[in-house]
Parts: sequence; structure tokens; C-alpha cells
Amino acid sequence: MIPTFQDYLNVAPIIIVSATALLEIVFQIIFKGFKKYVNIFSILGLLISIYFAIINFDKVSMSFSNMVFSGKYASFFEILFCIIGILTILQSSTIQKYYSINKIEYNVLILISIVGMMVMSAGADLISIFIGLEIMSICFYVLAGFARNQIIANEASLKYFLLGAFATGFLLYGIALIYGTVGTTNIIKIAQHYPIALSLDLHLLGLILLLIGLAFKVALVPFHMWQPDVYEGAITNVSGLMASGGKTAAFASFLLIFSIPLAAGNNNLIEIVSVLAALSMIVGNIFGLVQQNIKRMLAYSSIAHTGYILVGIIATNNFGNHGALFYLVVYSITSVGAFGVASILENEFGKNLNINDYSGLSQKNKFLAFAMSVFMFSLIGIPPFAGFVGKYYLFAAAIQRDLTWLVILGVLTSIVSLYYYLRLIVYMYFRDPENQNNIIVTNDFKIAISFSTIVVILFGIYPSSLFSVIRYIFNIY
Amino acid sequence: MIPLNYYLLFAAFLFSVGVVGVLIRRNAIIVFMCIELMLNSVNLTFIAFSAFMGNAIGQMFVFFVMTVAAAEAAVGLAIIIALFRNKKTINIDQINLLKW
Amino acid sequence: MEPYIPIFLMLVISTALAIILLKLQQSLGPKNPNKEKLSTYESGMEPIRSAHERFSIKYYMVAVLFILFDIEVIFFYPWAVNFKMLGLFGFVEMLVFIGILFIGYFYVLHKGALKWD
Repeated sequence: MIPTFQDYLNVAPIIIVSATALLEIVFQIIFKGFKKYVNIFSILGLLISIYFAIINFDKVSMSFSNMVFSGKYASFFEILFCIIGILTILQSSTIQKYYSINKIEYNVLILISIVGMMVMSAGADLISIFIGLEIMSICFYVLAGFARNQIIANEASLKYFLLGAFATGFLLYGIALIYGTVGTTNIIKIAQHYPIALSLDLHLLGLILLLIGLAFKVALVPFHMWQPDVYEGAITNVSGLMASGGKTAAFASFLLIFSIPLAAGNNNLIEIVSVLAALSMIVGNIFGLVQQNIKRMLAYSSIAHTGYILVGIIATNNFGNHGALFYLVVYSITSVGAFGVASILENEFGKNLNINDYSGLSQKNKFLAFAMSVFMFSLIGIPPFAGFVGKYYLFAAAIQRDLTWLVILGVLTSIVSLYYYLRLIVYMYFRDPENQNNIIVTNDFKIAISFSTIVVILFGIYPSSLFSVIRYIFNIY
Repeated sequence: MIPLNYYLLFAAFLFSVGVVGVLIRRNAIIVFMCIELMLNSVNLTFIAFSAFMGNAIGQMFVFFVMTVAAAEAAVGLAIIIALFRNKKTINIDQINLLKW
Repeated sequence: MEPYIPIFLMLVISTALAIILLKLQQSLGPKNPNKEKLSTYESGMEPIRSAHERFSIKYYMVAVLFILFDIEVIFFYPWAVNFKMLGLFGFVEMLVFIGILFIGYFYVLHKGALKWD
């Protein structure tokens, strides 16, 4: 069972990002002036990682005694997480001016959390999924409280930590029961026991506990309570990383674990997951209406979008799976961009985040106002932006699977959500500026935000380009 | 030999004690200890299954659960200390700046 | 819904039982606290001063670092048991593992977390 060189090559993207993070720690000790180059160094590491993910893209295989997948599905997510990482690091370039934080440690934590996301989406075994989840979560606990002089950040971090660890307990108990009923933790070997295993009560209980654990991580109602608080308390760019990378990674492993039991057609499981999806759409959008703080608004919108994505996953047909992946890509790029714009305006911790501070943004800075409106339109799901195509696919999939009630609910809640997304646009374009704080947009920000904007528009106009890739990769096993 | 069910029921009981503790205790450190109790009851379940099935995966999993629990403990205590320095309390009822 | 009824019943009964027991011990138990009874050690030493005093943050640092480095050693056990079978490969992998731990250790040293003064 000794791994071959090929095994290491298969997980090269993961190894490279980890090595980059470790080297940054070493260089911080050895070189005094490393702080200036840390961003470039991280981005370089992520780019090399993307290169290796592209090399591995075509060949699906399992490495290290069937512990991790590589190729197609795994590579796709590896590339996505690297892009999210690059965007986050670019958007954090000015962060040191506002917070007295150690920039190198910040970068190291972001890189390691990306390692965790990659392991999660590549996991072929519940062990590797669990380890990936914890690598990611532990980095997020620290990142959430990174502005450690702020009580609000401490609180966010403590809440996230306690609830996250609580959820981990459920997740692990679920895994233990699944292991106990089928005698293995390998996803493929578990799948061989279906559908017989699904008739065992203990196995079903295990799946439900695992579902609760993952629902905490992706913030499905009623396990969402931490999310608005954490997103508000964390540094804005970190919130963006959590909303995009963290959520996408959790959904990637959700798909790996649950697509087969859901497809096996166990009604109890489908009912439970549909109720979670429905509640998330309702609660996310309705609570979003009353938010004044932009970060909390984005957090509730993120809860609602979790519901939409889940609708596609419940459908478990090609339409649904492709739509869910498409939507994950679009949603994560959009939320990185939206939190990025919020972080530019927020020039001091927790300041300028109220919706009133966005009034007249179009007069102060056309570029930012335009980018933010593109993101908002995409989140509503208005053509020709990418969010529309994603939602269309998700709802079409649900109709195919006779889940019409979920679709009706989804459309209705989308209409409700129009109010708070459009309100922001109205504030930006049809109101006069209230305060005259000057907005500095550095080049790094311009690159990152333009990239997100272009992606959202491009995939809205040519969705087939992304869909052809998704169709190609969507052959998990 | 003690039947498997005894171990499982005992682990389930410990797990419930942990869950109830998390929900009703108000001191962050004690809440955290209850979470550790939950993780350890999971370890017990794993070990029991592993021993009765004669299959080492469960034991391997326990190694990872223990390391992760240690990492969480380190990070969690650091977070609690950081909060205590700013706020002078670790009662989670008084940690209420963020809501709705 | 049929199979859920027993679970539901169990939930109701266990919750009710818990509440009843708690209330019973609150109302039935004798309560006559006095100074002796409330002291830290009822029939032991007199406490010198309050236990709720502050002590140096350094203890926490050392404790936290101890947990981390102590638990990582757990991975040595399976390696040691299978040392012969894993051979050179296992040895090199373990060196890599220790190397990564050492990076952490040097980072801690660099940060001055182990300086006592």
C-alpha cells in the first residue's frame, strides 16, 4: 500500500498550496522584509496549483489507498478555490492599513483554509472529508476573530467556534453510525451497500446527523443562526471567503456524500432536505428585508442562496447537479465581489457598512457602483447575468423531479428578495451622497473586482462555456 | 463479553449529556468541555464498532478525531482568552453585541 | 408518520421526566445553608484566599502549546507498530511530519511564546 509518485502528482495542487503556506511561515522567520512580497508569493503558489490542477484535469483517479479523488470533479473545485483565494488576497491588499494585523499570518491562514476546501471537495472517504472540513473550519475560527482588538470580532469568532465545534460533534456521530452499519467510511464502498443500507434505521440516523453537521457548515435554516453574526464580526474579506469558498466546499462534499442516497429515493431523507431548503429560502429572504447592515444583508442572502442550490441537489438529475455546480461557481464569484466592494467602502472596522452609506455611490465612484449592481442583479437572477441561468437550471431540475412546491416557493421568495437587492441599487444610483469620505480603489482591487464582474456577465451571456465544462466533469465516480 | 449495544447506548447517553450541556450551560469553557464530551462519545462509538467488526478503520478515525479535538481546543481557548481580555467575561449570555 | 410516534413519545416522556426530577429536588431537598457548609472545604483546610485570582497568561500559552505538541505524538504509535512493514518510506514520511511540526515549533519560538520573562 505504499503510495507511488503518481499519487503525489494527483494531489499536487493540495501539496503546493500547503507548501506555500509553510514556506511563508519559514520566510517570515528568516527574511525581515518578506512582508512586502507575501501577497505575490501566495498568488504565485495558487497559480502553480491551478497549473497542476489543469494538468490533472483529464484523468480521474483515486490516490493514497482510495482516500482522495483527483481529476475532473476534484480539479474543477481546486481551480475554483484557487481563484477565490487569489481574489480574496488581492482584495485584502490594503487590509494592513486599517487593522493592526500580521499580514503574513493572515495569508497563511487563508492558504491553509483553501487547502482544507480542496481536501473536502476531493475527499473519497469520510475521513478525508472530515479532515478537510476541520482544516478549513479551524482556520475560519481564527480568521473570524482576526481583528482581535474588536470585541465584535471576538464575539463572532467565539460564536462561530462554539457552534462549529458543536456541529462537528453531530457530523462525527453521523459518520460513526454510518461506519457502524456498513463497516467502511469510503464513499464508493458505502454506495455499494445502497439501497439496502438505507432501510436500516441506524444508517438513516447517521445520514441525518451527518446532514445536520453539514447543514451547520453551509448555514441551512434552522442551523443558520451563526452566519449573520459571524459575517458581521469578521473582517469583510474573510466574510467573502467564508461565503464563497467555505460554502462551496461544504456543498462539494455534500454532493459527494448525499447525491447517491438522495438518488436512491429514500423519501424520509428527501423530505427532510426539502424542508431545510424551503425554510432557508423563506427565512433568508424575509430576514434579509429588514437588514440595514450590508454584511448582514449579504449573509441572509447567502442563506437564501443555500436554499436555492439545495433545491437543485434534491432533484438529483443531470439538470439539478449541473445547475447546482454552475450556481455554486457563479454565487461564489459574486459574493467574493460583493464583499470586496463592501470592504473598499469600509475604511475602518465596522464603519460605512450601513445601507445609507451607499447612497450616491454612483456619483462618487462609477466603477464600484456598476460592479455592485451587476452582483446584485446576478443575485436576484435577472437576465442577462449569470445568476439567472443558474436559477433557471435549478428550478427546471426541480420541476422535472416533481418538486413543484419548492419551485413555487423559490420563485416567490426571489420576488421578495427583489426588494432588498434593488433597494441597494436605488440607494446607489438615485440618492445623493450623505457623507464625503473619499474612496481609494487600489489596482489590486480593480483587477479583482473587474474579474468578478466580467465572469458574472460572461457566464450570463455564454453559460454554455461553463456548462460544457461541468457536463464534462460531472462524472464523480 | 459485554454486548456491543451496551457500548453504543453508553456512548449515546454521553453524547446526549454533551448536547444538553452545550444547550443549557452558560460558561464558555464548560460549553466547550461539553463539546469535547460529545467528541469523546463519538470516539467510544468508533472504537466499539471497530472492535466488534474486527476492522481498523474506526480506530484510525479516532486518531484523527483526537488530533482535531486538540487543535480545536487550542484555537478555542485562544479565542476565549482574546474575548476575556476585551470583555472581562466568558458568560455566553453576556456576549450579545451581535443579533438579528 | 407511524414510525415516528415512539420517538416522539420518548422525547415527551424524557423531557417531562427531566423537568419533574429537577423540580422535585428543588422543592423536596432540605436547604439550610450555613457558613461552614458554604466554605470551600467543609471539613478540611481553611482556604487562604480566593481561588478566582488571576495568574499569568504564560500558563495558558504553555498549556495550549502542550496540548498541540502532545497530541501530535499520537501519530507516532501506528507508525511505530508498523515500522518494519513501512520501512524507509514510512521513515521519510515521518521525517516530513516532524519537519512540519518543527516549522510550527520554530514559529512559536520566533513569536516568543515560550519566553518566560
